[in-house]
Parts: sequence; C-alpha cells; structure tokens
Amino acid sequence: MTAVTMDKVTKTYPNGVTAVADLDLEVADGEFLVLVGPSGCGKSTALRMVAGLESITSGELRIGERVVNDLPPKERDIAMVFQNYALYPHMTVEQNIGFALKLARLPKDEIRQRVRNAARVLQLEEWLHRKPGQLSGGQRQRVAMGRAIVRDPSVFLMDEPLSNLDAKLRAQTRAEIAGLQRQLGTTTIYVTHDQIEAMTMGDRVAVMREGRLQQIDEPEVLYSEPANLFVAAFIGSPSMNLLEGTVAVDPGGGNGAGGGATISLGEQSLALPASVLAERPGLRAFDGRKVVVGVRPEYLGDATLGEHEAPPDGARLRGDVELREALGSELLVHVRTNCRPAVTDEVRSVAGEYDAAGVELLERQAAGEGAMIIARFDARSRARVGDVAEMDVDVERLQFFDPDTGDRIAGEVPTAPATAQPAPESEPA
Amino acid sequence: MTTVTTAPPERQPEALESGVSPAREGRGSRLHRLLGSIPTGVLWALVVLWTIPTMGMFVSSFRPEIEVKTTGWWTVLPDPFPDNQTLALLVALAFIAVVVAVVGLLARLYHHLGRAGRIALPIVAVLAFVGLLVASTDATFTLENYRQTFDASTSDSPDMWQHFINSAAITVPATVIPIAFAAFAAYAFAWMDFKGRDWLFVSVVAMLAVPIQLSLVPLLQLYVGGAHVTAFGETITLFPDLDLAGTTTAVWLTHIGFGLPLAIFLLHNYISSLPADLFEAARIDGADHPTIFWRLVVPLSVPALAAFAIFQFLWVWNDYLVAATFLGTGSADAPMTVRLATLSGGRGQDWHLLTAAAFVSIALPLAVFFGLQRYFVRGLLAGSVKG
Repeated sequence: MTAVTMDKVTKTYPNGVTAVADLDLEVADGEFLVLVGPSGCGKSTALRMVAGLESITSGELRIGERVVNDLPPKERDIAMVFQNYALYPHMTVEQNIGFALKLARLPKDEIRQRVRNAARVLQLEEWLHRKPGQLSGGQRQRVAMGRAIVRDPSVFLMDEPLSNLDAKLRAQTRAEIAGLQRQLGTTTIYVTHDQIEAMTMGDRVAVMREGRLQQIDEPEVLYSEPANLFVAAFIGSPSMNLLEGTVAVDPGGGNGAGGGATISLGEQSLALPASVLAERPGLRAFDGRKVVVGVRPEYLGDATLGEHEAPPDGARLRGDVELREALGSELLVHVRTNCRPAVTDEVRSVAGEYDAAGVELLERQAAGEGAMIIARFDARSRARVGDVAEMDVDVERLQFFDPDTGDRIAGEVPTAPATAQPAPESEPA
Repeated sequence: MTTVTTAPPERQPEALESGVSPAREGRGSRLHRLLGSIPTGVLWALVVLWTIPTMGMFVSSFRPEIEVKTTGWWTVLPDPFPDNQTLALLVALAFIAVVVAVVGLLARLYHHLGRAGRIALPIVAVLAFVGLLVASTDATFTLENYRQTFDASTSDSPDMWQHFINSAAITVPATVIPIAFAAFAAYAFAWMDFKGRDWLFVSVVAMLAVPIQLSLVPLLQLYVGGAHVTAFGETITLFPDLDLAGTTTAVWLTHIGFGLPLAIFLLHNYISSLPADLFEAARIDGADHPTIFWRLVVPLSVPALAAFAIFQFLWVWNDYLVAATFLGTGSADAPMTVRLATLSGGRGQDWHLLTAAAFVSIALPLAVFFGLQRYFVRGLLAGSVKG
C-alpha cells in the first residue's frame, strides 16, 4: 500500500516566494495522477518535494505509512524520470540502468538479470552497450524510463518526460508510458504543462495555479464540470468560450417556458429553460447580476444544419465568420460576435501562458472589437469566411461562473453552507 | 576551377552572353578560397618560425665542441653554392618550402590513419628527415655532448640525470596534489550547500592576485623557523618549525600553494557547468557525495583535470625562481632549470653542453604535451561549446 499523501505541504523559498501553498493531495496506490498547470504554477516544485530534491517548508508528506519530510531521496523508495533524461553520459545504457542497483550493492548476476528484463520491456536490448550520446531522443527517453523501472520502486515521479520529443513520437510514447504504468501498477505522479497529456494519461488530474490546487478529479469531470474559471479556460482545446452576461430570472411561472431565465450577452440573449435553472439553483442568486457564461466549441452548432435537436427558441448566437479551419472530421469556425469576452485574472493568466500578445488580444476584444468565439461545426457545414454564422447553443451544457470569485455556479446559493456536492449532472463530454 | 566544371554545360553559353563568364566566377571563388586559407597559412608560418630555434638547438646538441663554437648550426646543411650567397639563400628558401609542403601532405595523410599510424607517422617523418640530413651533409655529428651532460664522475660535472630526477621529484607532487585537493574543493564549492560558501570561494579566487615575489621572503621565514605570534608574554605557534629550508619539500609545497587557487577556480568553473539534473538523478539513484564525486564528477571532468595538469606541470617544470630561492643555486637537489643556469654561468664557454642539457630539459614537457594535447585543446574549449 503505497499511497502518497500531501497534507498542507508548503514550499517557501528564502527570498520569500511561495512556490507551493497548502497543497492537499492524495494519490491512491497504483494510481496515475497528473499534475498540470501553466509554467511557474508549482507543479514541478511539488514533484521535487516528493522526490526529496526540494525541502518542505511546512506540512507533512507521507509515502505509504511513513512520513518522509526529512528523508533523503534514496530512502523514499521512489524513482524519477527527468525532463532532460539526465543520463550519465560516460556510462553505457546498461550501466545507466543498473547504476542504482550497483549502488545498492546487489549481486552482479541479479543486476544483470534485472537490467536485461527492463531492457526487454523497453526494447532497448540491442542498445545496451551504446552510450547515451549515440542514441536518438526516443531511445534516451526509454533509457530514462528503464532506469526508473529497474528498481521496482513504490512510486514513479515523472517531470515532463515527453517535452523533448517531437510531436509524433510524443503521442506514441504517451501511450507506451500509460500502458507500462497500468501493467506495473506502480503509483505514479506525472508533471506536465500539456493538457492533452494530462487528459489522456491520468486516472485523475490535478490542476494547479500559482502554487495552489484548483481542482483534482477524473479528466472527464474536469472537462465537463470545471470547478472554476481557471480550470475551465485551461482544460480543453480549443478552449471554452467565456463571455460576460447578465442574468434575468423570469418572474414566476405562467407562460410555456416559465421558471426559466434570460442571459443577455451584449445585444444578443439566450433563453434558459427551467430545467437549466433547476440544475443550477445557485444561478438564482445572480438575478440581475453579471456572470461569466462558458460554452465549449462542440456545443455550438451550425443552425442551418440543425445539429442540435430542437433547440429551444432563442438559443442562438450570431456573428461574422473570420476564419475557418477544416480538419476533415469537423470544422472549427472562428466567429466574431458583438458579445463581450470575460476578462478576469484567471482568463488572463491562461491567455498569456505562451504569449503576452494573447492578453492584449483579449483586452482589445473586451474594449469593443467583440469576442471571438470558436465553434466546432459538423464537417458538412457550408460556413465560409465573411458569412454571418447562426449558431445553435446547447443551453443545457452551458457553464456559469461567478466573475468575482471565479467559482462555478452550480448547486446551492454560494453564501449558504454547502449541503451537497455540485449537482451530479455528469454528462459525458 | 571546380565551379566551372560543376556549372551545367547547357547554361554556359547563356552565361557567356550575359557577360558573366564562368572563368570569372571561378576566379572569384578561387580568390575567396585563397583569402580563406590565409589564417591557416599564417599559423603554419608561425609554427615554422617557432620551431626553427628548437631545431637549431637540437642540431647543435649533436655537433662537436669545436664546430659549435666556430660555425652556426645551419652550416650542417649542404651548401651547393659556397661562392654565391644569393643562390644559396634561394636554395635554402626552396628547401624550406619543400619541407613545409611535405609536412602539409603528411598532415593530410595523418587524418586517414589509425591509432598506431598516428603515433608512427611523426616518428618516421622525423627519422627520415634526420637520416636525409646526415646522409647529405659532410658535417660530423656526435653523442659526446650528451655523454658529458650525463657525466657524474666529479662533483663539478653536469650530472643532468640527477637533476632530471630532481625536477621530476618536485613536479610530480606539485601537480598531483593540487589536482586532488582542488577537485574536492571545486566539487564542494559547486554542488554542496554550506554556510559561507560564496565568501570562502571569493577569498580563494582572490588569492590568484597574490604575486609570488611578494611572498618569497615570508615563505622562506616560515620554512626556516615556522610562524609564531607573541602577545602578552605568550608565544603561540601558528606553524611549527619543520626545518624545510633547502629541501625539495619546500619547493613543491610552495608550488602547491600557488597552484591551488587557479586549480580550484578552473575546476569549479568546469564542474559547476555540469548539468544539475545529473546530480539529482544520482541522488535519487542512491548516491551520496563521495559516490557522486568519484563516479560522476571525476570521469566527466577528465578534460578539465588534464588541462590543468598540463598547465601546472609545465609551470612547475619550467620554474626557476621558486627553486632557486628555496634550494639555492648550488644545491645537489636543484631541478634542471637551476642547474642549466649554473652550467651557463660557470662554464659560459661550454655552449655544446648547454644545448644538450637544454634539450634534455625540454624532452619531458614535449612528451607530456604531445601525449595529452587532445585534452589540452578540449580543456581550453571547455564550457564554450555545449557537448
């Protein structure tokens, strides 16, 4: 039983910077947990604390039953795969893989046997006598994996092990690592900034931002029920469209669609049926106030095709098509609307993750250009650049967020003590 | 030439019509290549220029005493025109050109050879050259100078072999010990966290600036009587009187002291540039500091260690000042540099002995340089190119 438990683990550097704050995390035995977040979010620091390469300022770290806060790395029964592989350049592949066993003073025959086994699993047998400098990137990556699995540790730690591979090899190695982990059943913590790796590999995914845990859950739940704006904006590609809207709850029953609400998005509006409101009672508290409306590209359909069955009246958005990306199986359409994009700190930090220009673009849109929405149309759609696109909105799948706290508006009124977990509407994405 | 032949034949008439003749293009690229080869040419010229005195000394060391004292070493070369100086000079220049060309050809051949060939080729070339020279000249050559140089029959004789041993006895500890200490220190400064590390490192590096002349007298006092501080009637001994004055130990101790700061500085730069990942991976693999040092740092630092070893070896081997100060010029323990100086001072007339003795004294550095030159170049480039 080797679960890894982090209990209010904090890392503060001598210069006062807090890299990880009060991190509570529990990785179950045999689980593959992915830590994901933008650069500088503290995910690598958290991993390095588990490895023992970074000291823990406060909190408690347990591997299995043992508190390992002050144990050196070698006594923690862990193995780590580094981003740059960190292979010993002067040793052969065989010596690299067997180094830890040699230091543990295992008998020579056993070292040989275990290195051969690891090499067989990773298809490295014919390279055993080469040095790392003579290997390709993918082979080096496998040697690094070999060095980890040969020790049969109770926990694997992986720090962006695929980021130095090219795209095609990365996809292949991703599947190999996930398969290997399932086969060995070893508890694994995997750090990445690539959300595709996070979604495809992890049993559960923990999203971090600025040293704090945002949400930890299964990939599907993360996608369909993001706990806050940051997770919503970070997870998904293309990412969720986030617009600023105002809620108007219909005054009491009566006519057909009674008990619903209307969301006005600038000059356009969306009518919400009563069922939407019933699933998200918290929304009532925002009557007359601003919210952030999130809609994933796949819940926007080409109205001329009638993709979504019988959309309720008024559940449409329109705008000018500025760009279309035909992917064969589907069509990504960038539509300029006259809505206002939501601009909060969370959205900003995701937009600026790779490029400061992203934030600038967002602010220009908010200042009057109008929000650019990405819709995922059926491949049959005839939308062309310059057309006006009519989009059906699947209002049942809309997400609402509190613009002040960034939290998702779901169950009870936020001010009341939460009596139940967020509405279990878990629709498969 | 080559550009002309590589141009597609059917395009040549067009080029002629448009006024750009292929020959012109060829001349341009030839000029470019010519200009590009100038730096290499200058280097070769420097190599020849700097090798001539050594060669002169080498030749002189084999000439009989009388001839050394009466004629120049170049007179061993056959003179085809004893009556016409200008013609003789022209022939000499032509000869040098031929030698340079042959050396250039051999250098090209060298790249295609295996390990054994690379060792054999220079030896064979030198032997062939010497053989050619000896065969074509009517000058006499003798080993008498070397016999006299190694003569130890009287207390006044050169006895160069003994002084060769003395030099080695000083140089070996003065090279090996600082490397060992400095590698440990450099690793600690680079990869171990301890209080006052930066402060200590800066003070070690600051010692690079201490001029050796400044410390000669204090060091001599230290070796003669130790170091003591007297305050309030109490005498505290900081350094005991080890009676080191006039011993070989005093010389290599001094060299170690002056070699260490540079050694620590150089090795620290190299070792701290090794990737941190490597050390972290080793720690996770279960290595502690001694293991990391012996299994990772030492094997990975061989180029830097070798480069410093060459520097320190040459510096100590060629040193005169320290040895003369701490041993005295007449000492039987004196290294070859000191003995050479007394040889020329006491027997200024014995040039023939001086040439042979001097050649003996450069024999070992030459061997060390050629043996380790691979590391020498790599060590100098260390850090500038990411491997």
